[in-house]
Parts: sequence; structure tokens; C-alpha cells
Amino acid sequence: MRQPLNWVWACVFFILPTLLGSCQKPQGGLTVVGSTSVQPFAEVLAEEYMSHHSQGKIYVQGGGSSAGIQAVRTEAAEVGMSSRALMPDERDLIPVPIAYDAIAIIVHPSNPLTNLSIDQIKGIFSRQMTNWKEAGGRNHPLTLVTREEGSGTRESFQHLIMGKTEISLAALVQDSNGAIRQVVADDPNAIGYISLGLVNDRVKALKIDGVEANVENIKKRRYQFVRPFLFVFKTQPQGMAKNFLDYILSPEGQKLLVQEGLVSVTTLTGSPREAQRPKNA
Amino acid sequence: MAFSSISILALIAFFIFAQGVPLIWRVGPASFLLGERWFPSHGSFGILPMIVGSFWVTLGALIVGVPLGVACAVFLCELTPPSVSLVFRPTIQLLAAIPSVIYGFWGLIVLVPLIRNNLGGPGLSVLAGSLVLGIMILPTIISISEDALHALPRTFKEGALSLGATHWQTIWRVLLPAARSGIVASVILGMGRAVGETMAMIMILGNAAQMPRSILDSARTLTTNIGIEMGYATGDHRQALFATGVVLFFIIMGLNTLAIVISRRRRA
Repeated sequence: MRQPLNWVWACVFFILPTLLGSCQKPQGGLTVVGSTSVQPFAEVLAEEYMSHHSQGKIYVQGGGSSAGIQAVRTEAAEVGMSSRALMPDERDLIPVPIAYDAIAIIVHPSNPLTNLSIDQIKGIFSRQMTNWKEAGGRNHPLTLVTREEGSGTRESFQHLIMGKTEISLAALVQDSNGAIRQVVADDPNAIGYISLGLVNDRVKALKIDGVEANVENIKKRRYQFVRPFLFVFKTQPQGMAKNFLDYILSPEGQKLLVQEGLVSVTTLTGSPREAQRPKNA
Repeated sequence: MAFSSISILALIAFFIFAQGVPLIWRVGPASFLLGERWFPSHGSFGILPMIVGSFWVTLGALIVGVPLGVACAVFLCELTPPSVSLVFRPTIQLLAAIPSVIYGFWGLIVLVPLIRNNLGGPGLSVLAGSLVLGIMILPTIISISEDALHALPRTFKEGALSLGATHWQTIWRVLLPAARSGIVASVILGMGRAVGETMAMIMILGNAAQMPRSILDSARTLTTNIGIEMGYATGDHRQALFATGVVLFFIIMGLNTLAIVISRRRRA
């Protein structure tokens, strides 16, 4: 007699959550999914947007750039977020840059170096150079810090700076911009890369080929290691998605993003192609 | 009730296998388990560095944790008056209740700079991981070893003492060998805990997907490989992480089976 009852329990445990889950599909809401680099900015924007517009709720979720793009394609989400340019096989989707973000090479503030050339960076991150002295610094082994495979920041760094050169497997791997900043801030011999917006006084951003990483140089297109933060749509945005996008691209929304450390789209008035393929270094 | 909870576990196991095994098959079990290059985005799925990383970190944890743990068990069982062990025992059990992220945070803030400044290297290393894990497995080793010592018949101790052995000789020559299988079981369960630890290891191992060449090198374990990359993994990459889980599944199953067999033999 007890056996069938257990089956009932099992059914209840499995079927009930499924039913509840299907009920929870947001009605009249907007789902924004993708890059964890864009996510914190999208959350700020969504919060601000919802405080002005009473109807409709915006659900911001992480998961990564590729996951976001996939979600838009399968219509699991209306909006995808990407922190890298779209790949050739993703060209059927509509990318809209909402802001730009530069990638900065960071070291410990006590590091005497202020500048590295592209070739030196390639040498360091592929571990052909293992001592700071080879790049003109002090005589000490260097500690390499990178993001994990699949990260949008890593993909952008690879694409914009490393090109075909592979990042060494001996590099320490941290799973967020913040964690990389922490390691570099603690270790006098570390080098890593993070969003320019997240550079603070605990780490030092290096010049690349003599060009300092700042908004001025990004505007003048002298600092070229810039990636777009994209919203990705399957079809031309309509309804709530359009309202949200309009809000982000409005002066008010852009001001908010600049306050959070990004470079506004109006600063870099690129052609739409720009969003698909950032300048190759 | 019991059946439904077991069926949930079975379903989870089934899901892990269904996700992971096809990829292992496609890559080839040999090149998956013995490959040294982990570049999931370029289609290289070799997890040998992670297996080796798990092995070294666990071995290091045992070197730190076993002598300390067994010594502590002997101390609690034989050398202290009951009133003292009454305080110590719950304190040690409390150690097991501290979330691993706190051990990791402590390691990151205290141990890592200490190692970096005194021994060189990045500090985020096998050594730091082993020390923290060694401390984390102490409660497991102490409580199970202590149970094993307590379970010995009083006659063992009385007999040894009456033959003129000192207290220390009795512990070293009679009690510890007699409780050996229980102590070994505690070590194996501690090992299972060490192999499975993730959060603390993500924080202090540095996670480089390479073979560690010294204890000051960074390493990546099987669990941290899943933990650090799951956020962005899609397609084959995600399946490769499940496949890592399959390997982990077998390792943990093996260790637990070993622990059960050994502790059964003690009772028999």
C-alpha cells in the first residue's frame, strides 16, 4: 500500500514545480538576459526606468553574452545583452550599442612601468615573457591574471589585443572583473585586464603604445581597445522593449551610464557597422 | 517519502550523465581524461591538469589534516579529563558548521599574502589551498577517529597498562593500531570532503588550468573548473563541465565506497 503513495508524492514533487514555473511567465514584463558585464548597468537602468513608468516590470538576468544572444534567438527573452561584438553567424540579429566600454590593462600602483606596447602585452599574456625586466620593469617574475573561458571581457581582450596569440594556460583565472582587480591590487607583480569603468585607485591602468586609457582618448579614437555594450533584438524592438531602449538612449539614460563609468554612445558616434565589428587592433 | 527523495537524486545523476557522457564519447575518454590543454572555446577538452590539481590539493590537505586530526582525537579521548573534552568536542564540531566561503576568505586575506611575501609566487597556490582544506577536513577526521577510539573495548587499554606499558605506549602501540580501520575511514571521508570543496578553492587556488609544478604554483581542481566557468558556458563547453562532474561523481563514489567497506570490515 505504501509504494503507490510514494509515487503520488514523487509526482507531486515533480509536476507541481513545473506547473508553478509555467504560471510564472511574466505577463506584460520585459526579460533582458545576457552578459554579466552589462548586467549591473542594465539593472540600474531598469530600476530607474521602472521608477518612472508604473506599468510593466523588467527582469534582468545574467548568464553571459552567448547565452543572452541564444535566448533572443529562441525568443526566450525579448532583449539580449552582449559585451562583445556579434559573431559572423549572429548577424541575423539586430545589435544596438547602448554604451561603450574600454578594456584597460592594469597593474599594481607600485609598479614602475607606465606603458606597454601591443607586442609586449602579447608576449606577457602568452607567457613568452615571464619577468617584468623583459618589459623594462624591475627584476621580478610576473603574475598573470585573466578571465575564464567564455567571458565576454576575455573574448574582447583576445579579439582586440591578442589577435591570434593565445592567452597562456599558466595564467591565474578569476571569474569577474572585480576579482581580477582584487588580485592585482594585492599582488605587486600582477597584471590583468578589466573594464575601464571599474579601474580605481587601488590599481593602475597602463598606457598602451603610449596612449592613456581615458574617455578623452576614446573619443578621439586614439585608445582603440573599445568594445560595445549591445542590446540584441530579434526583430525591430516594439512596445515595452522599444520604450526601454529609447529611455537608455535618451540623454537621461546615457547620463546614468556615464556616471556608472561607461562611455556614452553619443561620444562615439559610430556607424551601425561599428557595433558589429569594433576596430581591429 | 524515502523513495521520492532517492528518485530525485537518481534523476539528478541521470541528468549529469546524459549531459556529460556524450561529450566524453565524442572527445574520446582517453583524450578527455589525459589531455593537458583546456581551451573549450577552441574545442580542446583535456582535464588532466584538473585531475592532477585535485590530487595534489587533496594530498596536501591530508598531510596537514591527518596528523593534526588524529592527534586531536587521541587528545580528546585519552589525555583530557571529561570536563575539558566536553568543551572541546562541540567547539570542533562548530568548525564544521562554518561556511566554506569564510575559510576561503580567511585564506585569501591572511594566508595568500603571507605566502606571496615570504615564499614568492602569486600566493594563490596549491600550498594555500592545502592549508585551508587541511583545516576544513579536521572536524570530519577528529570526530570519526574519536568515535573509533571510543568504540575500543576497555580491556585493550587495561590489558596494556597492566602489562606495564606506559600510557603513551598504550596509545601508540595498542589503541591506534586497534582503531586503524576507523581512522582510515575518517581519512577517506575527509578526502571526499577535500575533493568536493569548491568555493574556498575558487578563492585561493588561482584557478590556472595548468599542471602545477610546485606547491607555490596555482592550480585548478575538478570542482573549481565547473564553478568558475559555468556562468558563461554554452553548448559543448557546458557539456564538458557536466563531463567534469561525471569524473568527479566516480571519484567521490569510489572514495565513499572505500570508506564504507573499510568501516564494515572493522565491525566484522
